[in-house]
Amino acid sequence: MSQNAIPPVLEIDNLGISYFTRAGEIPAVKDFSLSLGAGESVGLVGESGCGKSTVAMGIMRYLGSNGAIVGGAIRFKGRDMNELNEAELRQIRGSEIAMIYQEPMAALNPSLTIATQLIEVSMTHEGIGEAEAHARAIQVLADVNLPDAERIMAAYPHQLSGGQQQRVVVCMALLSNPSLLLLDEPTTALDVTVEAGLVRLIAGLSEKYGTALLYISHNLGLITDTCDRVCVMYSGESVEEGTVNEVFNAPRHPYTHGLFGCIPLPTADKNARPLMPIQGQLPLPHERPPGCNFGPRCDHFGAGRCDGDEIAMQAVSNSGSAHRARCLRWHEINWDLDIAVETEREEIPVGDVVLAVDGMQKYYAVHDRSIGAWISGKGVRYVKANEALDFRARKGETVAIVGESGCGKSTFAKVLVGLEASTGGKVRFDGDEIGQTSVHDRTSEQIGSLQMIFQNPDETLNPSLTIGSQIGRVIRKFGVEVEPDKIRERVLRLLDTVKLPRDFIHRRPRQLSGGQKQRVGIARAFAGNPSLVVADEPVSALDVSVQAAVTELLMDIQREHGTTLLFISHDLSAVRYLADRVVVMYLGRVMERGSTDKVFSPPYHPYTEALLSAVPIADPNIEKREIILEGNPPSVIDQPPGCPFQTRCPRKLGPLCETEAPPSRDAGDGHVIACHMELTGLRQVEHVIRFSNGNGVAGKE
Amino acid sequence: MLFFVIRRFGNMALIMVLVSLAVFLLLELTPGSVATKVLGPYSSEEQRRLWLEAHGYMEPLWTRYGSWLVNFVQGEFGQSIRFKVPVSDVLWPRLWNTTILGFWTFAIMIPVSLTLGVLAGMREGGLLDRAISQISVITTSIPEFASAVLFSSIFVFGLKWLPGTSTMSDGFDPLQLLLPVMVLVVYDFGYVTRMTRASMAEVMTTPYIRTAVLKGLPYRRVILRHALRNALIAPFTIIMLQINWLLSGVIVVEFAFAYKGFGALLLEAALNQDIYVIEACAMVAVFVAAATQTLADIGYTYLNPRIRFK
Amino acid sequence: MIELVKSILPAPSKVSALVRALRSFALLRESGVGMVGAGLVLFWVIVALFAPVIAPFEPNAQLLPMAKPGTAFPGGATFWLGADQLGRDILSRIIWGSRTVLFFAPLATLCAYTVGIIMGLAAGYYRGKLDEFLSFVANAILSFPVLVLYVLVISTIGPSGINIVIAITFASAPGIMRIVRGLVLDLRNRDYVAAAQTRGESSWYIMLVEILPNARGPLIVDACLRLGYVVITIGVLGFLGLGLPPPDPDWGGMVNFARPLAIVFPHMTVFPCIAISSLILGFNLLADGLREISLRD
Repeated sequence: MSQNAIPPVLEIDNLGISYFTRAGEIPAVKDFSLSLGAGESVGLVGESGCGKSTVAMGIMRYLGSNGAIVGGAIRFKGRDMNELNEAELRQIRGSEIAMIYQEPMAALNPSLTIATQLIEVSMTHEGIGEAEAHARAIQVLADVNLPDAERIMAAYPHQLSGGQQQRVVVCMALLSNPSLLLLDEPTTALDVTVEAGLVRLIAGLSEKYGTALLYISHNLGLITDTCDRVCVMYSGESVEEGTVNEVFNAPRHPYTHGLFGCIPLPTADKNARPLMPIQGQLPLPHERPPGCNFGPRCDHFGAGRCDGDEIAMQAVSNSGSAHRARCLRWHEINWDLDIAVETEREEIPVGDVVLAVDGMQKYYAVHDRSIGAWISGKGVRYVKANEALDFRARKGETVAIVGESGCGKSTFAKVLVGLEASTGGKVRFDGDEIGQTSVHDRTSEQIGSLQMIFQNPDETLNPSLTIGSQIGRVIRKFGVEVEPDKIRERVLRLLDTVKLPRDFIHRRPRQLSGGQKQRVGIARAFAGNPSLVVADEPVSALDVSVQAAVTELLMDIQREHGTTLLFISHDLSAVRYLADRVVVMYLGRVMERGSTDKVFSPPYHPYTEALLSAVPIADPNIEKREIILEGNPPSVIDQPPGCPFQTRCPRKLGPLCETEAPPSRDAGDGHVIACHMELTGLRQVEHVIRFSNGNGVAGKE
Repeated sequence: MLFFVIRRFGNMALIMVLVSLAVFLLLELTPGSVATKVLGPYSSEEQRRLWLEAHGYMEPLWTRYGSWLVNFVQGEFGQSIRFKVPVSDVLWPRLWNTTILGFWTFAIMIPVSLTLGVLAGMREGGLLDRAISQISVITTSIPEFASAVLFSSIFVFGLKWLPGTSTMSDGFDPLQLLLPVMVLVVYDFGYVTRMTRASMAEVMTTPYIRTAVLKGLPYRRVILRHALRNALIAPFTIIMLQINWLLSGVIVVEFAFAYKGFGALLLEAALNQDIYVIEACAMVAVFVAAATQTLADIGYTYLNPRIRFK
Repeated sequence: MIELVKSILPAPSKVSALVRALRSFALLRESGVGMVGAGLVLFWVIVALFAPVIAPFEPNAQLLPMAKPGTAFPGGATFWLGADQLGRDILSRIIWGSRTVLFFAPLATLCAYTVGIIMGLAAGYYRGKLDEFLSFVANAILSFPVLVLYVLVISTIGPSGINIVIAITFASAPGIMRIVRGLVLDLRNRDYVAAAQTRGESSWYIMLVEILPNARGPLIVDACLRLGYVVITIGVLGFLGLGLPPPDPDWGGMVNFARPLAIVFPHMTVFPCIAISSLILGFNLLADGLREISLRD
């Protein structure tokens, strides 16, 4: 990966980008430098608002009418991008520098066929005819693993799945063989098994085409899997850069170091080695502190030093490598010390069964009113959102329900809280059947003891009401308190519990950050002293450093109240970290369930195995067995017969899988796998994840 | 598609029945006043009673409505009280006149408003955008009767260029059509322009336009090939709905310029409680509304592949 | 129901609500067109409020027929905008006429909104059969040209202020219902609505407290535009001779009354037209300004 005599493809020197708004100049990127050699892949990581996407748009010189490059230079193959005129820019855009976007559906024009959108690239940049451009597009479509290219070419974007759309975007980017590919969160909108396929595809193609990659992501794991070097950004500046191995194994900036304390790596454990959240939150661009931007959140802050002059990047390695960090105190900090010092926490004692789900089933009727359906008598079809759901949750336990989008995990949550009625089976909560009891038919005690935490921080609170009135309403509604003074007192105590300042009682959601809103959501859920809380992806919309803090808070409150937590998530790393037991779902069915360490080690269900392999892990010392799933998850409406996973299963046995639903095989201690394969066969499968030293990683070791 | 159209027309028939019934019931609110309208305010009680009896008004409502409905379905619209001729004798020529007026209004308004809207929306916040937006907000703020008065005082009384009325009493005269068309265009183009502008401006901020720009396509192609198609979907529906609006608009304009069209007919019929003319006009209005709505929906599906292939 | 009212009324901080309203009005300063619009509307509101003080003459006093603009009346005052064929001062009639329009337009809009919001909330929140029924009714009414509707209704039930309000409510409520329904269909999927549902709140509580306040932005803009339309409607009805019964001044009616003489005395018709256009322009610009600032934050 060295770039001996060849000049770098991209060289960024002390770049500054600002947006000019009514409030004045807002510096989005400051003093940013980076160089990228031919065929090299560099990751740009950081949380939302750190300026990483602005860098990409700056490279393309697409900053909108109010953004401008205010300092430094971007040199592409030696040419200063800032000095090019519109015509010269057009020749570079889409031809020498191409881009892959976060939302493939939005990035493609909805009213033009894929063919039109693909061939215009070659026709514009290479001046070739339509037939030739068409042939070339077909050829590249094959390269991005889209067989049946003619059908894809004739399709409109909405007729393709998310994974296919993103492959089309990749194809569009590669058509004119660019020397630099910018990837702006290219897989964030995709399911993890689809992401894995795409990541490998891009890596293979960049090698084949010799393209340099600039990967922009918030996901440290993805960068570990894809990049040679990495640059960590914080609040508009790069704070650390070097090879992935250097930066991730020996971070030399407190922010990078802190980030790794926030990620649930396989080595973390909620009791023995809990996450270490970074305090505070990202400063707004116009409220950045003097000196080090990270200063106010840093454990090693030195007053008078860190809040003085601007701090420059400096080499932090003695071996002469390019590992650099923007920290004055890097050599004074004992980097090995603090991560291990955290106190151990007691395990929560597990009590009686709180929730018992037996053969729960939820079908939705879909009415097709077209004349064809009317004639063929198929006017009503059923979406099997949940089929034969079985599991138990005990007092004080955390049960995770894992699966990709469309697996039915959110539908199940709706049935639990009484927004939907199940169509079969039993759901017993504290001994009462609630599966078909709508929320209006439940007692307020029942409602209060089964509450929910929602996913999206921007939607979880009513924007028109103050925090105090929203929490207060819950307290009054559940009859916890009735007198206004007592209600207020309880609201204040709840704010204390979720570690928010008491004066938030008068604030409106607009004045809160995402993490703070989620805390209010947690306070609201715990207002009625619930015995069971359903948390639907409670932290997935938050930044990494905030996620850790909210996760830990949730678990602290759970521990204190002995609450049962039903944690719904697509994030296997988070699940491994905090769940006691796991239920893996696919297309509405349970594929595997059992205690966390059993589910995360062999015998695996083939789907669990593929999921484990697909999840990127931000630890360069971990090796994974690569299992790439072919194809797309089938739609919930047209479920395949037999085993739902048979269309993508790498261990498919044969016709049996296509005709019969798999039996549930008990592997002992409540570990159940629904698969046609015998347990003996499944037991021979190796660990998916192992450390470089050869040890397998199970749930907790 | 055929199924869709059939269902729409079924819907329309239902609305027609409901509306015609509502009109009958509405006129029933002031029983007998029609005789006063016809015979004048100084007629005697007895005269009015005789007139009402002679014209079948003493029959129960249901009988009258029933026989009207049966006749209407057979294409027999009844006799106008005001004009004393069969309704179809006045309705069709009037409708034709209004069609001419509407045709020229649309022929001028659509190209003007689409062009201005696209130009304004292309660079949101630019000088051209602001100029076009301000002009269109001002013109939409002047009601038709006001612009009729203002234009008349300038072009008719001031400059004496144009005739003040459009009766077409000496045969068709294009010059007489000019003012009514101008009034309608001036009032309506601003609305369509603003809708087109909003649609275009929205499209210009979408990620797929960014994709097109970052593919290195020439600006012309980005606009013509990538933006226009999507930006014109919403205005298309709006323009179709303007046909429906025009039926209202012509009432004022035809009244102001004494143009013998559908709107003036309806106004006259309503003021004179000429029930069969009102019913016929109402049916025309419902038909036009339903037909344009159906056409708009079909066109929308055609323009928008996301819906077409569902 | 009482519990519902209680939960809405004792807003946690009444003062802050007023302060916030003022603050959002202050935001309007950042929109140039919004300020012009607010200025125009405010101008007419002040004129209407102080009509008895400002108007130089009695609006119905028949003084000097067909006086040209600027003619002085022997009593000392001047017919700044001339007089009509009955000798009534145009300026005074315009000033008094602003009272009519600024009383009936907001009243009609308010009535239409009350009906439209209730229908829209119910249709969007309950969906299903109720929605189908309400939407069908709304479409039936909307498929009929508005003005035709007004003309039919008013010419039958007779021109009067209340009848105009009824007719406008009847014709505008379906349009408002559609807008509210669309907003509700979007807002009802928000997590805070789900949170209210999971704690067993009643449907009307959710509609009125959780959904409606969050739809206020687009509704305020629409209300402003609709006020403009209602002013047009009142003017047009007056112009067609279906407005308020004479002799009380009404802008549209003034135009209608003076129309036969417009060819000789354009001032009789032109000035009321300018008055009504400026008020409509005010509402439209105000709506633009409000939209502009609501998009910013």
